[in-house]
Amino acid sequence: MSRPARSIMALTALALAAGVHGQQPPAAKDRVTADFEKFRAVLEEDNPAELFEAKGEELWKAKRGPKKASLAETCDLGMGVGVVKGAYVRTPRYYPDVDRVMDIERRIVHCMVTYQGFSEKELAKKPFSSLDRTPDPVSLVTYVAGGSRGMKIAVPQKHPKEREAYAIGAEIFAVRAGPWDFSCTTCHGEDGKRIRTQNLPNLATHDGSLKAYQGWPGYRMTGGVMHTLQWRMNDCFRQQRFPEPGYVSDSITALLAYLGATANGHVYKGPGIKR
Amino acid sequence: MKSNAILSAAAAILAASAFLPVHAGDYRSEALAMMKRDFHPRGIAGIDRLDQDAVQAICNRTSDKPPEALAKILQRDQMDAIRWPSDGKYLGNSAAGEKIAQRGKGMTWKDKAGAPGGGGCYNCHQIGPKETSFGTLGPSLYQFGKIRGYGIENQKYVWGKIWNSKATNLCSNMPRFGHSGSLTEAQIRDLTALLLDPKSPVNSQ
Ligand code: HEC
Ligand code: HEC
Repeated sequence: MSRPARSIMALTALALAAGVHGQQPPAAKDRVTADFEKFRAVLEEDNPAELFEAKGEELWKAKRGPKKASLAETCDLGMGVGVVKGAYVRTPRYYPDVDRVMDIERRIVHCMVTYQGFSEKELAKKPFSSLDRTPDPVSLVTYVAGGSRGMKIAVPQKHPKEREAYAIGAEIFAVRAGPWDFSCTTCHGEDGKRIRTQNLPNLATHDGSLKAYQGWPGYRMTGGVMHTLQWRMNDCFRQQRFPEPGYVSDSITALLAYLGATANGHVYKGPGIKR
Repeated sequence: MKSNAILSAAAAILAASAFLPVHAGDYRSEALAMMKRDFHPRGIAGIDRLDQDAVQAICNRTSDKPPEALAKILQRDQMDAIRWPSDGKYLGNSAAGEKIAQRGKGMTWKDKAGAPGGGGCYNCHQIGPKETSFGTLGPSLYQFGKIRGYGIENQKYVWGKIWNSKATNLCSNMPRFGHSGSLTEAQIRDLTALLLDPKSPVNSQ
């Protein structure tokens, strides 16, 4: 059986198991989490993210776009032109050529636009995966993230603009607004909280913030698609009842700088699986 | 009443800025300005949702720990703006209340304007004995009436909490469901019954 087919079977089994446990007393909830962990262990041996890494590697090396250029020969993710190793755990970071801080997806989009001639407007139209479509930047980010597997998170905080991005990100995290008065802090500001049965990491802490790195980009069991943190931020702002953040915008970069730097020092295990 | 609330809110902000430290390089205003540039309206979620009212601004600025005197003024304004049941009846149908508590939809850019929204109460609270998939951002409300009493005072408290949680706890993490127009008076009546009707499964089981 092919890898994705096996993964999908495991996912279906999990969905069924979760449904059955829905009617049991509160203690049973931990069963659902335990089941999830079990299936994650199975899936991790046979990680569906690898498919997207492979696709991303092809995209990285191929001459593409109106300018028929390859990213491998043009794009500097911060470690030198074409170097993928270690780039993911060192972003968001300051890039002198554009005099600004960028997160990894933003940098990749920047390179696709600048060197390959793709249109940023087009890329921003449908930036998130659906069942029948995985946007190229998602595969590329997954490939690049794979190049940091096993490395320590080291989001730089040397350049003044990197420190500024962190400070603004910390403030965006706390902005309370909208019809339901939510901020990121509402859902991610305390240890051990849940929405329904979904665990909410306390992202303001060093250990909690690792959850904003570990397993991302992630193959999401709900929906069965590959997502990057751009999607996660977008969907949390939706739940926050805010208007929609721009794709690869300054605000998202700032949030990711804050979350990433807070997790500095933890070891990143590579693209993974998310509930 | 409304202009009164706005006036004292404005005064409160002035007062607050007088005795709260303003940080070097005010990143908070930069954050708000950046978001205004980067966000766009989608569906019912307009860009005006990024404008903070006095309660949101003070709670944001003080990390949810506003000076007590200020909190009192603002809470009173929130309390003044609560609409109490027009016919004096606080308790509706608890079974209907359960459905509203279960339903999490409403107010996101995927939701339709004016569509009947839910309270999403189970996202944050344990409530009925049957539902084991509940969140923990708020306290358990299981047996709320049985423990806290069925009297008119508690009926008023629950109605007020659902209508405007900030009237009794300025920086509560609970949304202001009546105040923000997320739930109707009839829905709030059903939810109050879910918590306070002695025959509601919340209290009888
Ligand atoms: C109304 C609730 C709510 C708000 C507000 C909210 N989130 Fe989330 N967040 C969630 C839920 C639910 C999940 C999914 C948890 C899961 O999948 O188990 C989540 C997951 C995440 C994750 C991934 C965690 C992981 O374990 O993979 C990150 C990172 C995150 N949120 C960041 C944010 C940021 C930044 C903000 C503010 C812009 C925010 N969230 C606002 C509810 C919220
Ligand atoms: C995003 C989280 C959240 C949601 C959604 C939410 N609440 Fe709450 N609720 C809280 C928190 C936190 C508190 C405690 C702070 C306070 O009293 O304001 C609370 C307190 C309460 C209290 C007072 C409890 C006490 O012991 O005095 C009641 C009653 C209540 N909620 C009912 C509801 C109902 C009904 C709904 C749905 C319409 C709801 N809540 C939705 C978070 C939430």
